Amino acid sequence: MKNVYINSIASISAQQTLDNTSFLDAIEDYEANVLSVINPNYKEYIPPAAARRMAKGIKMGVVASKIAIQESGLDNIDAIITGTGMGCVRDSEKFVSAIIDNDEQYLTPTSFIQSTHNTVGGQIALELQCKGYNFTYVHASTSFESTLIDAKLQLELDEEKNILIGGVDELGDHTTEIQKLVHLVKAEAVKTSEVLDSKTKGAVFGEGANFFVLSNEKQASTYAEVVAIKTYNTLAETEVLQEAIHFVNGSNLNIEDVDVLILGNNGDVDFDAFYTTLAEGFKNTQQASYKHLCGEFNTASSFGFWLASKVLKTQTLPEVVKANHTDTTSFKTILLYNQYRGENHSFTLLKQC
Amino acid sequence: MDALKQELKENLIEQLNLEDMTIADIADDDMLFGDGLGLDSIDALELIVMLDKSYGIKLTDPKEGRSIFESINTMAAYITENRSK
Amino acid sequence: MSKGVAITGMGIISAIGNNVAENYQSLIQGKKGISRVSKIKTNHVNDIMVGEIDFTNEALEQQLGLTSDNNYSRTALLGAIAAKQAIQDAGITDINAYKTGLISSTSVGGMDMTERYYYDYLEDKSTQKYIEGHHAGDSTQKIAEQLGIEKSLVTTISTACSSAANSIMLGARLIKSGQLDRVVVGGTDCLSKFTINGFKTLMILSDTYSTPFDENRKGLNLGEAAAFLVLESDKVVEAENKKVLAYVKGYGNANDAYHQTASSENGDGATLAMQKALDIASYNPEDIDYVNAHGTATGNNDLSEGRAIIRVFGENVPDFSSTKAYTGHTLAAAGAIEAVYSVLALQNNIIYPNLNFKTQMKEFNITPQLALKEKPLQTVMSNSFGFGGNCSTLIFSKEQ
Repeated sequence: MKNVYINSIASISAQQTLDNTSFLDAIEDYEANVLSVINPNYKEYIPPAAARRMAKGIKMGVVASKIAIQESGLDNIDAIITGTGMGCVRDSEKFVSAIIDNDEQYLTPTSFIQSTHNTVGGQIALELQCKGYNFTYVHASTSFESTLIDAKLQLELDEEKNILIGGVDELGDHTTEIQKLVHLVKAEAVKTSEVLDSKTKGAVFGEGANFFVLSNEKQASTYAEVVAIKTYNTLAETEVLQEAIHFVNGSNLNIEDVDVLILGNNGDVDFDAFYTTLAEGFKNTQQASYKHLCGEFNTASSFGFWLASKVLKTQTLPEVVKANHTDTTSFKTILLYNQYRGENHSFTLLKQC
Repeated sequence: MDALKQELKENLIEQLNLEDMTIADIADDDMLFGDGLGLDSIDALELIVMLDKSYGIKLTDPKEGRSIFESINTMAAYITENRSK
Repeated sequence: MSKGVAITGMGIISAIGNNVAENYQSLIQGKKGISRVSKIKTNHVNDIMVGEIDFTNEALEQQLGLTSDNNYSRTALLGAIAAKQAIQDAGITDINAYKTGLISSTSVGGMDMTERYYYDYLEDKSTQKYIEGHHAGDSTQKIAEQLGIEKSLVTTISTACSSAANSIMLGARLIKSGQLDRVVVGGTDCLSKFTINGFKTLMILSDTYSTPFDENRKGLNLGEAAAFLVLESDKVVEAENKKVLAYVKGYGNANDAYHQTASSENGDGATLAMQKALDIASYNPEDIDYVNAHGTATGNNDLSEGRAIIRVFGENVPDFSSTKAYTGHTLAAAGAIEAVYSVLALQNNIIYPNLNFKTQMKEFNITPQLALKEKPLQTVMSNSFGFGGNCSTLIFSKEQ
């Protein structure tokens, strides 16, 4: 079984993450309940003939994938695996509202075509002329982790050598509006620094694209090694710590071997208890959170994955993500845990290499 | 006919989201598909809807569009003859 | 020789039957399930034909014993019914006795409800329960709940019309690698105004019965369906003394990388997918006894798929047919219902007729199988090609 490495990364988020040479140096402070990404100059990366049809999510995915591939030094990749929880929301909204508003008349195909969930994966393949394996996972908060499980399996078995994976989700006005109605989104605007302690219902929603080239061959640009990943459709709060220990043991490690525990807590009073329970079990471990920076969305855990990669490579942990303060200065092993509204949990183990 | 051609160019740019183009960039006899403006089969479908919505012309076979949409000239000629709006 | 993965159970609900036996009867009797759409109010009602399932949502909810406060979309209802059938067929009484996963697929998801209540959500609180059910993973979560699958690998794939084939593929790989002992794989999609109008804008819907591989084909009929298969590892098959229905012997996924909705003229993606599947199975083309084609009856697919089949099989194209004239094109579920049909073909040594065919396509001289044919079958290849250039092929075999 071959090892699996993260050879390159790319992030488009509500923070200044586009440039891989910086690492959360300047933080964007928001007071909001919905965070939009800081848009790159899309024209720089996508020819106008293609861009004219693309909604934001597709552009984000295409640009992030380009940056990741460029950093990896590859001309092409063997496979493309994308994850998205809500798919192409804006195009879906456009098409549904057109159907209703125009009583099914004068509908045009572009937004329908663009609304299919695998549009991002298909578009990337088109641009790269990559005829390889191409899957899209659409399972809420384990959409990104599913891409990781799939890619890791192929790389370990040496079925492929270099695979592009990514998580992407975009915000849509109508969708956000109705999500507010059922308290998925926080009712009030919250400051970035106060989100995680807000103890109110719902989350601050965000959007973003985080892409990575995984490989079974190390190279100079390598960020980290992916050791293990596991997902659970359900898990009780009382089981989380036990499961975490079991997971880590599976890689011949103990809790004490984990240098940083990165949690996907989002300040939702109804569901953050999963994270607090785990945090208590790891109280001597340096802990970090990230959803106050990128917002909550089904593939937000890909931002956490980005964070972990950066930490392992730079051997620094930015102050703004720290959830507690220990004396940890060396970061060799990172455990990530995420879930959304009590469902679709995941543990990911990464290590320095 | 000139007013129609002008209108068509405006519609084209708007409908097909050709953000970086102006009316001045499209000559009346430019090839719209293939090597000219580089429009494709999805654009052809969009234009078929435009024919219906703005000019009341219904095309049932997408292949008919090929000759009609060759250039602004051919489009204007076809619309002038067949429009019901 | 690579070993196949055992299929021990199947479940299906489609326009030609509410379970496996009914579907099989319709197939051999040439009974198609295509009609004018009745449960969706659309202005296009007289311009399209569809493969619609008779049951209303209320009837499906009753079958599942759901309370009135449920928020199941039709996609979830159909999926749950088919998945439960599959588990029963596989003789599973304790779902958590082995590491069991669920991989479903869909393209519509909860859109059937979203399009119904899009603006109502803003005014009418009673409709809001469906908001959380919109996303593609929701029906899968509900199916997992119905089956009692907990703390397991559960995920959803959405790659347009190749979705369920891809679910089956992933499931087989996870069993082979030992990550799962058992996995329920398949897909579900219901009819919706969204897809009806969407395909209409692409001008690929026929106003009459679809005619796969016919020179004068006018487009596809949309359909709705759900189907699931249970795959189990050799260890479980032995321990539980399971009857194996067939094996997932080969699989391949490739991307056409040509255009977002159209396939390349010579079917590059399709050719690659079929070749990959043969490689995995360690088969030569001549080892394939029957191809259940994607055959949607669109101008583009049948030409490109036909050419791809010729590229792969050369002079010796096996018997092939499309069953979409029976069921309609069931989008994400297609790969799963056609997997069920492929297994039934193997079990009964039957090749299904390619219905409604009248005129040979002029571009090539391969003709689909037109009459029901009894022939000993060892292997069946099934194709599913979707938007985004996503091409998938599965190979099923009688022997491991």
